[in-house]
Amino acid sequence: MAPITVVTGRALPLRGNELDTDRIMPARFLKAVTFDGLEKHVFEDDRKDNPSHPFNNAAYQGASLLVVNENFGCGSSREHAPQGLLRWGIKAIVGESFSEIFRGNSSVLGVPCFTAAKADIEKLQAHIEQHPDVVVTADLSTGRITAGDVTVQGALPAGVRDAFLTDKWNPTAMLLADYDDVKATAARLPYVAGF
Amino acid sequence: MPTLFEKVWNAHAVRTLPSGQTQLFVGLHLVHEVTSPQAFDMLRQHGWTVAYPQRTFATVDHIVPTSSQKRPFIDLTAEEMTTALERNCRQYGIQLFAPGDDATGQQGIVHVIGPELGLTQPGMTIACGDSHTSTHGALGAIAFGIGTSQVRDVLASQTLAMDPLKVRRIEVNGTLKPGVYAKDVILTIIRRLGVNGGVGYAYEYGGSTIDNMSIDERMTICNMSIEGGARVGYVNPDEKTFAFLKGRKYAPQGDAWDRAVAWWKSLASDPDATYDDHVVINAEEIEPTVTWGINPSQSVGVSEPISTKDQEALTYMGFTDGQKVAGTKIDVAFIGSCTNGRLSDLEEAARFVKGRHVAPHVKALVVPGSQEVRRQAEAKGLDKIFTAAGFEWRGAGCSMCLAMNPDKLVGNQISASSSNRNFKGRQGSPTGRTMLMSPVMVAAAAIAGEVTDVRLMLEEVTA
Repeated sequence: MAPITVVTGRALPLRGNELDTDRIMPARFLKAVTFDGLEKHVFEDDRKDNPSHPFNNAAYQGASLLVVNENFGCGSSREHAPQGLLRWGIKAIVGESFSEIFRGNSSVLGVPCFTAAKADIEKLQAHIEQHPDVVVTADLSTGRITAGDVTVQGALPAGVRDAFLTDKWNPTAMLLADYDDVKATAARLPYVAGF
Repeated sequence: MPTLFEKVWNAHAVRTLPSGQTQLFVGLHLVHEVTSPQAFDMLRQHGWTVAYPQRTFATVDHIVPTSSQKRPFIDLTAEEMTTALERNCRQYGIQLFAPGDDATGQQGIVHVIGPELGLTQPGMTIACGDSHTSTHGALGAIAFGIGTSQVRDVLASQTLAMDPLKVRRIEVNGTLKPGVYAKDVILTIIRRLGVNGGVGYAYEYGGSTIDNMSIDERMTICNMSIEGGARVGYVNPDEKTFAFLKGRKYAPQGDAWDRAVAWWKSLASDPDATYDDHVVINAEEIEPTVTWGINPSQSVGVSEPISTKDQEALTYMGFTDGQKVAGTKIDVAFIGSCTNGRLSDLEEAARFVKGRHVAPHVKALVVPGSQEVRRQAEAKGLDKIFTAAGFEWRGAGCSMCLAMNPDKLVGNQISASSSNRNFKGRQGSPTGRTMLMSPVMVAAAAIAGEVTDVRLMLEEVTA
């Protein structure tokens, strides 16, 4: 695991509020014992329904950043949704707001979810639609997101930001450190001790 | 003064992590077949083991067929996923409530069996790789959904890295009118506060309406907290909570019971607790509520016209602005799910269904939330009432709530559903349409063949 300080690459603007995790990864693709191949099914039903869906657009293939609107990733806790996006190539997401579970799942996978003001998201989406080749940079230490001559201020929760900057974004090793403290906490809980 | 959320959080906090998050001990970890196999694989890759196997319980619910649980399942992927969970539970010493006729007989939807077995208790932190884990908050637990990497973390360490939540007190006062149920209350709350109104919050439900509800009804309320964006929803434990738990398989017994009740009582939010936000809802104003759109906040009272600018939702569902939902012809009626698949849901629906018949064009399913619910319903003769009325009586599982088993909508069928999500494609067909409502409203729609105001049919009975 390495620190993540900057995410740079082309970006995919995906308009719409309340894009839930059933839309990102329909349930039938959860019928497997691995996450392999999920990148093929990202937004599958939306893409079939709408040939001009941004994920179908040749100009956005190979994008590393996703720019979304409100409450992205709401609904089911399925990690298959951010796993699919990550495997498709998405390394950071910028949006007006996110569901908590989706944002947490993404963070643990090393995909920071920046929030930014509605007007700024609109600016970014419009700019990327006009210039699909523009290189977008999301800087974790400053929270700034730059697309050509458009720069907006994004935000990450301070703890999450510091975790990315210091390579502590995948917490298992930290959770297992000084494990006697965990045992002591458990032992103090009446129900663990059998009342 | 502290809320229950703060008391439980503080009791389970191990330390502040370098990231600034809290390391939180998880008192009960519930596992199912869909979100766990990759977590067990990650555990093996790193050479970790399960830290507290005796605090971990598993079942198979999402992919299980409801026509027959005979093994091996006809669907080979479903069989593979079940076998993987069986193997993982065996390897790590985890109790599994497996499907199949020769198993424990305690399989069911994870959020139905936890409370049913007395595994869910006040004051616990409960995690599960499923967003409807908030259900368990009905017993005064702090329960939340997690992703698969976090399932790995709980397996490995019995802890999670978490950010604390603010607490919003949602007070519902007054007596519900006939034909109005817990489902209508939570749909109304979500409609009022929005699908993302709860992001960053735990919802504490209280007030006279909630106080007067059974634990089953409180579970319906807490279950859908996540549909309002709140990862956690809970009700303070009270005498009803203790009465519900007493004598259940995993509940404390003997002297331990009295000590447990004393501790549970001490956990309720203090009367002068301070909240980050406070919302009051008048129960008397709530009508039978139905969703018309593609997220759970898009609902109306059954007598009210749809009023929206969301053209995408209207087009998908085939409605126009100003239209009423009553009179919408349905194709499928589904009673079940972790929201409304418990015994009291089936009893209430059966009471209404008795002596009536499902409309000829409607496929109607009743799917009990657990094998235990199914047994108890059959002991009360509910299965016969449903089948006589033309409903199919099925085995326990998640079924058509998310259609990971053979129970699916076809094409753009409309489903009257007692489940929790009306997202595009949710019930197994990419163009399928879901209208959420209470189990009794589903039963009424099944019989009328269209969405209908159950109160009009209740009057028929009493007249």
